[in-house]
Amino acid sequence: MLQRRRPSCRVILLLAGSLVWLTGCQRQARDERPVIGLAVPSLTHPFFIYLKDNVLDEARQLGVEVIAADAEDVAARQMAVVEDFIARDVAGVLMSPIGADALVPAVESLNAAGIPVATVDRQVNGGDVLVHVGADNVEGGRLAARYILEQLGGKGDIIQLEGTPGASPAIDRKGGFEEALGNSSARIVASQPADFQRAKGQTVMENLLQVHENFQAVYAANDEMMLGAIEAMEARKIDAARVVTVGYDAIPDAIRYVREGRLDATVEQYPGQQARTALRLLVEYIREKKRPAAPHVFIKPVVIDARNIDAAEQKR
Amino acid sequence: MFRISWKDMLQRYGIVLGFVIVVLTLSLLSPSFLTTRNLLNLTRQTSVHGIMAVGMTFVILTGGIDLSVGSLLALCGVVCASLEHAEWPLPAVLAGTLLLGAAAGWLNGLVITKGQVTPFVVTLGTMSVARGLAHIYTDGQPISSFGAPFRWIGSGEIQHVPVPVVLFLATVACAAFVLQHTVLGRYTYAIGSNEVATRLTGVAVDAYKATAYVVCGLTAAVGAVVLTSRLNAAESVAGTGYELDVIASVVIGGTSLSGGRGSVWGTLIGALLIGAINNGMNLLMIPSYYQLVVKGAIIVAAVLVDRLRAREAC
Repeated sequence: MLQRRRPSCRVILLLAGSLVWLTGCQRQARDERPVIGLAVPSLTHPFFIYLKDNVLDEARQLGVEVIAADAEDVAARQMAVVEDFIARDVAGVLMSPIGADALVPAVESLNAAGIPVATVDRQVNGGDVLVHVGADNVEGGRLAARYILEQLGGKGDIIQLEGTPGASPAIDRKGGFEEALGNSSARIVASQPADFQRAKGQTVMENLLQVHENFQAVYAANDEMMLGAIEAMEARKIDAARVVTVGYDAIPDAIRYVREGRLDATVEQYPGQQARTALRLLVEYIREKKRPAAPHVFIKPVVIDARNIDAAEQKR
Repeated sequence: MFRISWKDMLQRYGIVLGFVIVVLTLSLLSPSFLTTRNLLNLTRQTSVHGIMAVGMTFVILTGGIDLSVGSLLALCGVVCASLEHAEWPLPAVLAGTLLLGAAAGWLNGLVITKGQVTPFVVTLGTMSVARGLAHIYTDGQPISSFGAPFRWIGSGEIQHVPVPVVLFLATVACAAFVLQHTVLGRYTYAIGSNEVATRLTGVAVDAYKATAYVVCGLTAAVGAVVLTSRLNAAESVAGTGYELDVIASVVIGGTSLSGGRGSVWGTLIGALLIGAINNGMNLLMIPSYYQLVVKGAIIVAAVLVDRLRAREAC
């Protein structure tokens, strides 16, 4: 049998063997080129596509293989995805859980199977998670509020567009924003949900413009809603220079709007860096059994405006 | 004689009463509601759902349902946007988009009639297919910023009336004419009332039924053009959940889900009612969690008023 193998195979076997020997690990198939399962809520949303692309790129540099699975925003389907990963005996799982409570059983199953799991962007409320890498949405909301206060000199009327009612980023981004406004002289004259959607942002803003003539700032919990609102304001011939506009997420379209002077600022949370960090920490643990220094790594959000536009991750 | 027509009037126009009640309540609660500016704003916002609801009326009149309209709107929207970016002349962009919508509707109709599959299942499938194709086509990225001629469709005005509103009303008028004065219209009602009897009288039921889905696909494409132009962007996630608001507009408008009974004028009122609720809640600044409850409750109440009035008149 062995004699019939081609020489290239023998070289690969030799290399593989030496690698196994060098790393000194017992389970060779797993440890020389670990397979990581990536479970994200959806592979159709631009945000998660971007996250996945960054994970795949980082994986190439780290020499690991990543299999990505779509859960179509359904918690039960993500649970099934994780079960499939366990059946495939992956070396680790990187997950952005759809529900903080709903995916606890998934994490517990991974724990029982002895497969390390890291979460990125969204967290779970239980089980043993190696590390969570995410953004501080409350802090991002605070930064947006401070930016507006700074631009307006501490006072003015603000319109707020909220995200999907009940979603944790919607709650956190609103909470941080309102907390930082605190007892300044600025006040929120209207706060309405637009479900993180561009078309809805436009519609809701059009409606609010029927009631509110004089306002100095608009804050939206994501850029999609903000860009819809800008379309609504431009249609009503509202001078963009008169109103301070702040979005959230720093998506490519928003960066382009900032460059064109149609949007003042957006909050950047570096989703690419989040994804890369989480994968790196997970792989370090798999290879060297090194636990991360802290169970939570929060990437500090930054407000991007025309002055520091080069700090944006997705400049395009 | 008088009694019968009075009852008939209420059955037909009970929903108008519900609409008037909602409008009166909103104008009492918010001084900004009943202004020309806000009414134009409200009708402009309603136009995309409304145009789609007109096509849906055809389908529901035949006793069918089309769940794929929201996804079809996204697919037509992203194709429309990319044609515009490819610098096709405007008529070609529009023709291409409408053709795509009509073809998708025809495909729905073909499988439903020739394959004899329930419309619910077929369009549930095409809903997923169209959404998937839209994602594949754009790789999930939005396509934005268009030229002035294209943008005029969504943001322009004719004699101070927004173009989307003109398109909406024109669609309703066309559909009303077709339903009331043409063979296609009469057969659409006949199929919904009694499909077997209609078939036995020698009507090409399959062809007329499929036509209803073509009309529905076509209006989804028109809705896509208006939305894309108005928003100055097309996204593969656009129109998520629109099928529910569209179907709700038709049903609130008095069209029977079992087919054979209803009109596009009712659909017009139904669509405006839903638009008025959404608009009013923003004007009154109702907190987000309560909006879901209020909207659902008003929809149920409006339909109840319709039915109760009709029964009282007996």
